Amino acid sequence: MADVIYPRLIGARLRSQMSYRASFALDLVTQVLAQWIELVVILVLFGHVSALGGFTRDEVLLMYAFAGIAFGIADLFAGQLDNLPTYIRTGTFDVLLMRPLGTLPQIMVSDVRLRRVGRIVGAIAVMVYALTHVGVAWTPAKVALTIVTPLAGAVIFGAIWVVTCSVCFWIVEGREFANAFTYGSNTFTSYPVNVYSAPLRWVMAFIVPGAFVAYYPSLALLGKQDPLGLPGWVGWASPLVAALAAAVAGFAWRFAVRHYRGTGS
Amino acid sequence: MIEVRELRREFKVATSKGLRRNYKTVTAVDGVTFDVAAGEAVGYVGPNGAGKSTTIKMLTGILVPTSGHITVGGVDPSKQRRDLAKRIGVVFGQRSQLWWDLPLQDSFDLLKSIYRVSAEDYRKRLEECVELLGLREFLSTPVRQLSLGQRMRGEITAALLHAPELLVLDEPTIGLDLESKERLREFLADINTRRGTTLLLTTHDLDDIERLCPRLMVIDHGRVLADGPLEELRAEVTPDRELVIDLREPGPAPDVPGVTAVRSEANGLRHHLTFRRAETTAAQLITQVVRQVEVHDLAVVEPEIDDVIRKLYQRQLDQDVRR
Repeated sequence: MADVIYPRLIGARLRSQMSYRASFALDLVTQVLAQWIELVVILVLFGHVSALGGFTRDEVLLMYAFAGIAFGIADLFAGQLDNLPTYIRTGTFDVLLMRPLGTLPQIMVSDVRLRRVGRIVGAIAVMVYALTHVGVAWTPAKVALTIVTPLAGAVIFGAIWVVTCSVCFWIVEGREFANAFTYGSNTFTSYPVNVYSAPLRWVMAFIVPGAFVAYYPSLALLGKQDPLGLPGWVGWASPLVAALAAAVAGFAWRFAVRHYRGTGS
Repeated sequence: MIEVRELRREFKVATSKGLRRNYKTVTAVDGVTFDVAAGEAVGYVGPNGAGKSTTIKMLTGILVPTSGHITVGGVDPSKQRRDLAKRIGVVFGQRSQLWWDLPLQDSFDLLKSIYRVSAEDYRKRLEECVELLGLREFLSTPVRQLSLGQRMRGEITAALLHAPELLVLDEPTIGLDLESKERLREFLADINTRRGTTLLLTTHDLDDIERLCPRLMVIDHGRVLADGPLEELRAEVTPDRELVIDLREPGPAPDVPGVTAVRSEANGLRHHLTFRRAETTAAQLITQVVRQVEVHDLAVVEPEIDDVIRKLYQRQLDQDVRR
């Protein structure tokens, strides 16, 4: 039964958006453009250099595509956590607490924006282009890796979103802080991590497990050595990292909601 | 249905002084104890900031008490929030649980899934509400286009689809016009008596209480000042009643034993006679009055419920001063 509820809630949300057709179409176009602009940045960069951190243009495009798909999927479900401060201020969060469902899934399905699909489609196109140009030695395992990577990445991004947005229960206007990690890690993961300076790399790659979204799986797929010296199996560890991140996020959310019900600010 | 013992709730409030931030503890609910039996209808009143909403949030499991003990329908709200949610309905006058951009009907359909109501129960309950609250003409209108009165009727229907044992209403009639208010009251009284749904409502509109709630609880500064039938509170706090007489010809007020004060209006055409309900009855008084003067019309006026509550506050203040 419970599995029926959430698809229905998502369906309801989509119907709501269709009731504002003009703005829906405009949003969709905006999203596709936004995705292209990031692409243009990479292409311009490679107009001046032939390699970035030892990676060719098409290899970087692959990372960019993995990160783009993962971020797109995460944004589709976790993006509405950006509304959390509003929910808390207006008391909508109390309405969620009055229902016999968990608060996090309710928020996740509360504002699924179909226009964000534009991003995902754009990134998939780039992935197809990149995969046909980088010369992967395909094995069944690598095919599986290609499919699982964006999904695991989406879970990792989603977890980052949940953890950082939980801060809003303490600081209602904590959104800027959260955005630095969510949108920031999208940009971070689109490039090889070895191009960043060591402190940023450590924080964004391992504490926030951004390097597992695109960088390490891409290495495994390309059959390349990690310039930073981590063993090859790390490239296959993303699903595990995703599961761990999801567990941490679930814990953080519960802790935050308990705090909210304890203070009711 | 509801059991509350020594309920306390404190909040930390930030008070900024220059750059330093200090925290001050404010007690919103301060040792509240009461019981509500199944099928009762209880009015919970008090001025803004008295602790009404905080109590309601604790009863519905949104807030966790600082100390004290609550059971609602045999369940601890703070620990079994989701179990409780299936058994109670909550209506907040100031916030909506409907889907803003969707037709009203769609919100009901979604709630049916959320609360896992069977198709048959759903159809029966919805049909009943649609009939009694007159929702039919705007079932397919998006919620954002509904008038406040229409939306409120939708909210109450939404809270009743899972047939809750307890319906909690926070300011259900706020901002409604007289006709909508009356319609809501009639409906709520009906589900209380016919279906046996327990009602707990906070309100600023004392007509709500007069029409709906045989029992009144008055709260201020987080403490219950009075709890009992409206009639009893009225008799206890305001022992005076008033007999208003309109004379045929202007003249002096009749001199009747038992009257404690007289106020005259309209050049002696109308007189307000105050008397103590414990000492004399309206009937005795009227018999005496008509013997002395020729009466055109008369009415017995009960003290306004506002007066009752004002006097309760006053009494509490006096007690505090004496302490």
